Amino acid sequence: MAKSAWPEANRRKQIGARIARHDGPPKATGAARYAYDMNPKGMLFAKMLQCPHGHAKVISVDASAAEAMPGVAMVLVEKDKDGEFPATTFDGAIIATVAATTEEIAEEALSAIEVEYEMREVITNDREHGLVSGRAAETGDAATVMDGAEVVSEGYYGLPTITHCCLESHGQVCEFRDGELYIWPSTQNVSGYAGSVRTAADLPNEKIHVDVQYMGGGFGSKFTAGPWGTACVEIAKATGKPVKLMLDRAQELKSAGHRPSNFGTVKIGLKKDGTITGFHSDVWGTNGQGRFAQRAMPYCLKEIPNIYTRSQGIVTNRGSVQAWRAPNHPQAAYLTMSALEDAAAKIGMDALEFLKKNLVFGDVDRKDYWAEELDIAAEMIGYASKAHPRGDKTPGNIKRGIGISFHLWGGKGGASACDLTINPTGTVGAKIGSQDLGVGTRTCIAQVAAETLGIPIDMITVEIGRNSYPASGASGGSTTIGGISTSTRDAATKALNVIMANVAPGLNVAPDKLEAWDGRIQEIGNPSNGLSWQDACKSLGQMALTKQGSNPTEDGTELTTADVGGVQMAEVSVDIETGIVTMENFVAVQDIGLIINEKLAESQVHGAMIMGVTWALYEECVYDATTGKMLNPDMEFYQLATLGDIGNFQVKLMDGEKYQSRGVIGIGEPPAISPGAAIGNAVANAIGVRVPELPLTPDRVLQALNEGGMV
Amino acid sequence: MKDFEYANPTSVKAAVDLLSDSWGNTEVLAGGTDLITSMKQGLTEPTRLVSLKNIKKLQGISKKKGTLQIGAATTLSALAANGDVQQHFPALVTAIEGIGSAQMINVGTAGGDLFQRPRCWYFRQGYGLLGVYEGKSLIPEGDNRYHAIFGNAGPAYYVNPSSLAPALIALGASVSVVGDGGEREIKVADLHTTPSNTGQREFSIEPNEIAVAITIPMNGLKNATYEIRQRRGLDWPLVTASVAFKAGSIVSGTNVVLGHVAPVPWRSSAASAALNGKFVNAAAAAAAGEAATRGAAPLSKNGYKVQQVKVAVKRAILAANA
Repeated sequence: MAKSAWPEANRRKQIGARIARHDGPPKATGAARYAYDMNPKGMLFAKMLQCPHGHAKVISVDASAAEAMPGVAMVLVEKDKDGEFPATTFDGAIIATVAATTEEIAEEALSAIEVEYEMREVITNDREHGLVSGRAAETGDAATVMDGAEVVSEGYYGLPTITHCCLESHGQVCEFRDGELYIWPSTQNVSGYAGSVRTAADLPNEKIHVDVQYMGGGFGSKFTAGPWGTACVEIAKATGKPVKLMLDRAQELKSAGHRPSNFGTVKIGLKKDGTITGFHSDVWGTNGQGRFAQRAMPYCLKEIPNIYTRSQGIVTNRGSVQAWRAPNHPQAAYLTMSALEDAAAKIGMDALEFLKKNLVFGDVDRKDYWAEELDIAAEMIGYASKAHPRGDKTPGNIKRGIGISFHLWGGKGGASACDLTINPTGTVGAKIGSQDLGVGTRTCIAQVAAETLGIPIDMITVEIGRNSYPASGASGGSTTIGGISTSTRDAATKALNVIMANVAPGLNVAPDKLEAWDGRIQEIGNPSNGLSWQDACKSLGQMALTKQGSNPTEDGTELTTADVGGVQMAEVSVDIETGIVTMENFVAVQDIGLIINEKLAESQVHGAMIMGVTWALYEECVYDATTGKMLNPDMEFYQLATLGDIGNFQVKLMDGEKYQSRGVIGIGEPPAISPGAAIGNAVANAIGVRVPELPLTPDRVLQALNEGGMV
Repeated sequence: MKDFEYANPTSVKAAVDLLSDSWGNTEVLAGGTDLITSMKQGLTEPTRLVSLKNIKKLQGISKKKGTLQIGAATTLSALAANGDVQQHFPALVTAIEGIGSAQMINVGTAGGDLFQRPRCWYFRQGYGLLGVYEGKSLIPEGDNRYHAIFGNAGPAYYVNPSSLAPALIALGASVSVVGDGGEREIKVADLHTTPSNTGQREFSIEPNEIAVAITIPMNGLKNATYEIRQRRGLDWPLVTASVAFKAGSIVSGTNVVLGHVAPVPWRSSAASAALNGKFVNAAAAAAAGEAATRGAAPLSKNGYKVQQVKVAVKRAILAANA
């Protein structure tokens, strides 16, 4: 019997290989079809009317003029479950949806809808503590937390609300045919999506057919259908016609999800030798109207002897939160790691030395990884020759600095099932109801199947993105790679065992003495006693063989684990006359267990680093305080890094037996946690003062320099 | 976007005849990089677009009587690639390169750059050019980080978005415009105005006039532009400075013009005066930069621009002299 445990390093050809993603050519050529590209015959175009005010009550909606317009098929006015107009608590709340035969008619009909609003008080300010608040969450004793400290370092830090800014906006196309719903959404939850449109469709899950072959980014914001999804389904059901409803860029930025802001003070008590004695944080932030939850503080160093934390939500007229790539970790990392480097600077200690000294307080599962990774990152960025105490003393207006951060994540594989089919000709198909968010899921499934069966990767056909395939979890929490790798390995192993049992008698060996290698089924240690994979598959006769594998495996074999750590170091230069920060070098060291595809794993880290540079330097939702209007719902002023802005990246994925033996672990989120902290620390190291709030825009940098007496 | 008529005339006269005499009824389409987005956002809803694409007279760059004549519909990339422009007007080349997008400069035109509408986010979000809500401008107490630090006593707080105008003004350029009364010449320095109410536009031309050419004297001025932008690509500058002056043992005839600091391109006579009569060196450039901030009145969130004005002027002067 072949075992599902991962093969030894010298028995791997596919796993860990640098294979280019299979979805690259269709995406580059435009052959890949996204939700937006679906145009069923007779399709209606739906557009949403959104509240233009930060806070209002809808008194009346008169859609009669819109409904009377030629080409308008339906106007759906939003009501809550009691039949009342819902509260519109932010700029972008949905009032009504219009479906028409053309986009232009739908747009024009929107402007014909008359809405009477009663204006309410608007609050968008989330920077002032206790402005509007729920109950504070508190741990520890504030009065004694600094007892025993010889030095206390204190700072204020903050990160504003940002969005996911998916390149492909939220939305879907759907159609009812023969009493069943066919839907092409942009989602990161293929197998679970039907549940969120079931009520609107008034159909059981099995009559809702979800198809997502390609999608353009979710980052945590596309687990459910959302109000636009249910509206689209309701209109398709009522009109009997296919409907397309995709958000435009402004709607995407206003209403499709945010990352909560965090602002707060952090105090660190320490001995003069740099040993931390106490940690005190008082943090607030907003999740729009939703409940605010903060990641436990301090981040990573949770064994500090005395800890007091307080966190409180501020209710604001902003769009609500969706999970944002490593929910709440980037904020906790920024507040903690900034405070740590400020504490090191206060006692004149090298930041790297300070962090290593205090790793003793680190999370027990990861502190050894961090120690190793800090040294590797330091080597990669040239820390020994470049590091200097806070404030680059080199003459001239350009100051350089290095900053450090580290982070943690789980990343164990989620629930997944895979149907693996071996055809009598030897070709293989794998089907999983998972999705590819742009990370290379198809490629990884093919690699694991090919490795397990000992055959070339081009003999594997992978099908994903449909909920008619075996159910697989949503892509959240970095759970996809562990889930799909395990279920594929498990299914392929089960199928292989059938083939081996079929051919073993003819080879005159027991099935458990056989291996699948180099396109052959052969005796272990005696490869000449064997036959080609194709010949072995002829043993199936006329019928293909399908086996289902799963994560978790039925036999309890653990092919995926959790608990990764990672370290990032950023090197920046800052023009202290203009306040412009330039990324020079950015190093990411990350442990991820057994690597399925090194190239794609590095690519994931690159994506996280680009996203990180973006929120460290540019991204911020800006609202007018009087009206609550979002002022930058566009990509002109809601800015993302361009290729010229990111500097040089270096990625080191920890590898070798120690890491590989942990099994497969997800990598989507962990490298997205540290960038803000590392870059913020690098700027402080360069210019000699802390710029307390991200993004590190020239106005903030110049203000910090000014207040610090540096210019 | 509302339905509109698309007109594609082949002569300036025909184009002028197709234009309305009130703003917004008709719009002139050159590169369209600003206009098309504005129409999609409902900021302007013209009943007719008049394209300049097929008017040959508006294309091309030529030397004429000691000047360089630039057809108003010449693309920005063609302008930056022109040998005479590169040799004589580096201030323009830097300004164009600063737009930071090959797509934009390949489509955008010289005339279009001068007549694009402000990027003010209150304007773009539907509060009008003056950012008015319930009878009062939102901008002084709102998020004015990108707004004016000069010429901002009200009612206008936006900044002029043109990349070329500061350099053209520094170089003493003018624009020929044609309307139903014939052709007239306007100094680029006089092209932009500050409206006093929301019905007005920010230009000194009439709604039914078309810019046909830009004329720049070729009189050997040293010149340069320095831009302060946060991103390397596709970003608006926070502050720009264009300078031009007569080379000699000491400087004379200095023009310092700031961009993105006022509702119009901002001529800094104080900075010009500070440099005239000096040798160009770091100290003189810094002193001119300091002088350029005189009279600055930052709003609540844009004080950083005062510092950036100092630096931009200093660096532009040193670049011009390099």
